[in-house]
Amino acid sequence: MSSVPQPSRRSRSRVAGSERVGPYTLLRLERGALDPGVPGQFFMLEAPGRLLPRPFSLCLAPPGELAFLVDPIGPGTEALCALERGDDIAVLGPLGSGYRLDVERPLLVAGGIGIAPLPYLRERLGGGTPVLLGFRSAAHAEAAELLPGAQVAIGPELVTDLVPDGYDVLACGPEPMLHVVAERWPDSQLAWEAPMACGYGACYGCVVEIDGALKRLCLEGPVLDAARVRKLQFATSRGGVAA
Amino acid sequence: MRLLNASGCLDALAAPEVARELDGFVTKTVTPLPREGSAPPRIAETAHGMLNSIGLANPGRERFLADHLPRLRELGVPLWVSVGGFCAEDYAETCAALGDVEAVELNLSCPNVDEAADSAAEIVAACRAATRLPLYAKLSAAHPDVAEVARAVAAAGADGLSLINTLRGLALDRGLRPVLARGSGGLSGPSLKPVALHAVAACHAATGLPIIGMGGITTGRDALEFLACGARDVALGTVLFSDPSAPGRVRAELDAACAEAGVVSSDDATGIAKSPENSRKVPA
Repeated sequence: MSSVPQPSRRSRSRVAGSERVGPYTLLRLERGALDPGVPGQFFMLEAPGRLLPRPFSLCLAPPGELAFLVDPIGPGTEALCALERGDDIAVLGPLGSGYRLDVERPLLVAGGIGIAPLPYLRERLGGGTPVLLGFRSAAHAEAAELLPGAQVAIGPELVTDLVPDGYDVLACGPEPMLHVVAERWPDSQLAWEAPMACGYGACYGCVVEIDGALKRLCLEGPVLDAARVRKLQFATSRGGVAA
Repeated sequence: MRLLNASGCLDALAAPEVARELDGFVTKTVTPLPREGSAPPRIAETAHGMLNSIGLANPGRERFLADHLPRLRELGVPLWVSVGGFCAEDYAETCAALGDVEAVELNLSCPNVDEAADSAAEIVAACRAATRLPLYAKLSAAHPDVAEVARAVAAAGADGLSLINTLRGLALDRGLRPVLARGSGGLSGPSLKPVALHAVAACHAATGLPIIGMGGITTGRDALEFLACGARDVALGTVLFSDPSAPGRVRAELDAACAEAGVVSSDDATGIAKSPENSRKVPA
């Protein structure tokens, strides 16, 4: 599914607040006329002082706001984490295609910063959906507070070893984790990740092997059915854009 | 002055609203055979620029003509087709197969094509013999004397020049490995602008051909500087990635920049940076 961007959809949003969640930052923007979209869709957020915006899925949609979970792993994400209430940035979105919500027994599974889209996803699914989270450390696991009642695995324990049978898995996380999920649960939905310059099909930078060919993740995903990526050739991913 | 996109920096089928803000849409480079492009990662942000190693990903000539071109025509935007290849015949055959489009841009500066002056001229000459469409030669500023290449392609029958393509660059990650899977890539963005302005000025002086100036244009003032150096038209590249509304914004800013510089219209701005009597009208 393609999302056709409207140039007018790039707008400026004011920062409503910014809170630490473990090692991450929850950046809250005033919603204005922005549509929160479907869980798993993403927004391109201007990274102050950097040339390129950065892609983020929506984490929470409180009244009048849109909130994004940012992992400060490079100059762009660090600049976003340094934003203060009253600052404003350019925002484009929602972009791409999100999770299909018409599943019978949803189970949400995330690793690390892959927790980002799950709070909004759980809200849209009805609130009581079970959640499994994996983190590399107890400090990172503080982010589990965003999903009350979630079962948490802390490395070296793998979250994928906790998944019971009989569920419709909706996952987000690092690529090795998603490969495992795709192999074990062929009907799962996976929120994939790739470096992106534009988010709307212009740069051809975010290609992933989908259906056996390199395709733009921003247009095909970022949420993909597992069957579309199961024979992925590029098994290692290094972030291209210094996030 | 026409406002275009730089080839490979916009997909008009994915973002028709953006393309319709332009005076012409330049396609991604079309090669004779389909190309999947380079393995990811394909992009890297650098200081004031970005690297890409897309690798001329395109559906190939046959599918472009049968599928993409008809759908692009429906947009109602003048079409410029960027043509690439690995020998002069590749280029000429694609030119011969193109129907009625606004113009052809010959990508003479992709990493897999010899950039020697006689090679670029050979390609232009072969295409000149194959089509009556306006031919714009897209050159690299990596050549020691880009004006020499410009003179050679002008003599071979080019109607205009597209200046400049990306420059090869390399970025390393924290572990000192190349960020791009391919290793090196093409540098674009604001860091390219001074190099591009020089190339435009040098080629304008050397040939007098119409020039589409590009390389780091982010604002209307940037566009005015390209015009002042000799460009007749300008193209937006990397700025489209961060700002899909850039065409309308740059156009409005250009009008304001012209007014501020004492230039009546952007159509009067071409080459004024060269004229001593006008130099005071262009703030440094």
